[in-house]
Amino acid sequence: MKIFEKLAHIDRRYIYILIAVVVIVPLLMKPNLPIIPTKPVEDIYNYVENLPQGSNILISIDYDAASMPEQQPFLEALLRQCFRNKLKPVMIVQWQLGAPLGTQGLEKIAKECNAVYGVDYINLGYRPGYVAQMVGIGREIRDYFSVDYKNVSVDSFPIMKNIHNYNDFELLVGLEAGSTYLLWVEYAGGRFKQKIALALNAVSAPDAYYFYQSKQIIGLVGGMKGSAEYEVLEKRPDLAVAGMASQSYSHILIILFIIFGNIAFFVEKNRKRKEGGK
Amino acid sequence: MLKGKNIPLAITFIVGLIMIISFFIPHKPFGDIEQISLRWYSIIAGFTMVLGVDSLLGLHFRKIKRKEENWIHSIFLIAGFVMVFIAGVWGTIQYGSAFDERSFFTYIYNYFIVPLQATMFSLLAFFVASAAYRAFRARNVDAALLLITAVIVMLGRVPVGELISPYLPKFTDWIMEVPQMAAKRGIGLGIYLGALGVSIRIILGIERSYLS
Amino acid sequence: MATTIGIWIAAGLTLFIYSFLYKDNPFYKFAEHLYVGITAGYWLIYTWAYTIQPMLLDPIIKNKEFILIIPAFFGLIMLTRWFPSISWLSRWSIAFTVGIGAGLGVTGSIQGFILPQLRSTILPLTGFDFATFNNLLIIFGVITTLVYFYFSKEHKGLLGHGAKIGMTFIMIAFGASFGYTVMARISLLIGRIYFLMFDWIGMLFGK
Repeated sequence: MKIFEKLAHIDRRYIYILIAVVVIVPLLMKPNLPIIPTKPVEDIYNYVENLPQGSNILISIDYDAASMPEQQPFLEALLRQCFRNKLKPVMIVQWQLGAPLGTQGLEKIAKECNAVYGVDYINLGYRPGYVAQMVGIGREIRDYFSVDYKNVSVDSFPIMKNIHNYNDFELLVGLEAGSTYLLWVEYAGGRFKQKIALALNAVSAPDAYYFYQSKQIIGLVGGMKGSAEYEVLEKRPDLAVAGMASQSYSHILIILFIIFGNIAFFVEKNRKRKEGGK
Repeated sequence: MLKGKNIPLAITFIVGLIMIISFFIPHKPFGDIEQISLRWYSIIAGFTMVLGVDSLLGLHFRKIKRKEENWIHSIFLIAGFVMVFIAGVWGTIQYGSAFDERSFFTYIYNYFIVPLQATMFSLLAFFVASAAYRAFRARNVDAALLLITAVIVMLGRVPVGELISPYLPKFTDWIMEVPQMAAKRGIGLGIYLGALGVSIRIILGIERSYLS
Repeated sequence: MATTIGIWIAAGLTLFIYSFLYKDNPFYKFAEHLYVGITAGYWLIYTWAYTIQPMLLDPIIKNKEFILIIPAFFGLIMLTRWFPSISWLSRWSIAFTVGIGAGLGVTGSIQGFILPQLRSTILPLTGFDFATFNNLLIIFGVITTLVYFYFSKEHKGLLGHGAKIGMTFIMIAFGASFGYTVMARISLLIGRIYFLMFDWIGMLFGK
């Protein structure tokens, strides 16, 4: 039983090595694991798929490099779907440190799909103000975004000709890493009845299920798994799908850690109780 | 009188009241006043960033001046700040916008900020694994329930769960959409009711801690 | 060439941060401080490029919207916090922003959260099927969770039992959140390992 004691107090660096190995090996081996899309993700995909051509979609970049592996794959899959269906994404940013990520994703996919800036899509950049902006856009978007992310007047772009407020957007997609999504649902959804879809990092995703049940959002993409499901639906498996094997085996390893740690705990507890009894 | 709290309290009251009235009467003049106020809010909110940056730099300048512990690293912090600031100004002059893809400012973002930020947060994966092994103990029934739910969700949310049993992902979906959702809704309602109370107290001037 | 150097810098900084896993060391401290300094500079440039220039200077200079001098004034007096003798002025700006947040919060929280969530908790309990069971569980879960957080009365008797059941639902919720948090953290690690393996080491092998 002393072995349990020793293993219970093992140097944490061995645990770090195990985690690293379990992430690295599947990325090299690339096992084929089934990824079945779930209903909250399918709801977003089908909604976007059924939008009429020429519909405007407001995409809000509310994440940064810390959530990039979870959100960037979804952003790219969504943009591919938008351009394929001749929808018009309009990008805005609430998180400054995420703005270049949104720009890079948008430009990469626009180039791939031969989309023309200012006609098929536009990037309006970042403005401060969160709530004020979300309510203000309900009246006139130009009060906050009179110029695009490169300081060019938005009225010089054809795409913005008929865009003034939420009435001109068929869908708002929030890519979220914090609690900004609460404000979108409260203000854009609650006050202006804007249809909202949320792609949340896995930390925030469990907290948004009540919006899905209450139909305040049309669908929910949670974490890298959600992004992988969206990539599968769009039939373009990429980084998120590639990471699922590592994700799977890491979870199994952590579950084994929990089980083993608890076994060691109970064995030691039992031993101490018996010794105390003596 | 100017230095007292009466003027700020009056400002809070008037502005808060306008926001509430314009919700019910969006027409002139309240709708226009609301729109103007919201735009001003965005502008003022931008200035708060300057406060934060100054506070940070001031702290590290003092560390260097007094040669406190690890003051050498404060030099790196200030050097990093100066490098980005100069790159931003130069990019604006050169390309009209620091955020042009060709600018050194964007280069710094891609090869400094992204790896640093992403890696900082990825360290947590190791700490979570270590905590799972060394700290997560089912000391009582509630803790055991928490851990069992965590295990089910961790398995059900990855492709391997589908291989173990096709019912596992479905059971995970049920956990997320029913009991988990119910508890989170209860917590959310509690938070929002509390926030509503605080907002009303702030507008009425009962809650004044934000002015100290 | 610039990309190659950039990838080496990114990989180096990544490894500096990961060196913390062995133990705290000067390389990690260097990377950590560099990150904070660079981010601060980035924020400042952003404030200029996306707040002061497009929302303040350009409208005042190009469109003659001189009324924007008022928010500029409020923004500037926010900075008087640096000077103790006139720091009381900053309260005016704070009062303005807090007032807006509170005013919007009153209507937003009721219309955007409280009413829709309460409405969605009033679910049909007709029939003896799985949907009815789920609806009952949702109603029960929401009520008992709220009971758990009701501290104005001692948790005894019926209230006590309700609170205990609420605690069960809360533990399930926290367990689910923990599972998702593990998923989130591992995802971030996968992202960095992917970069190191395929962008950096892949570059070394000419892929």
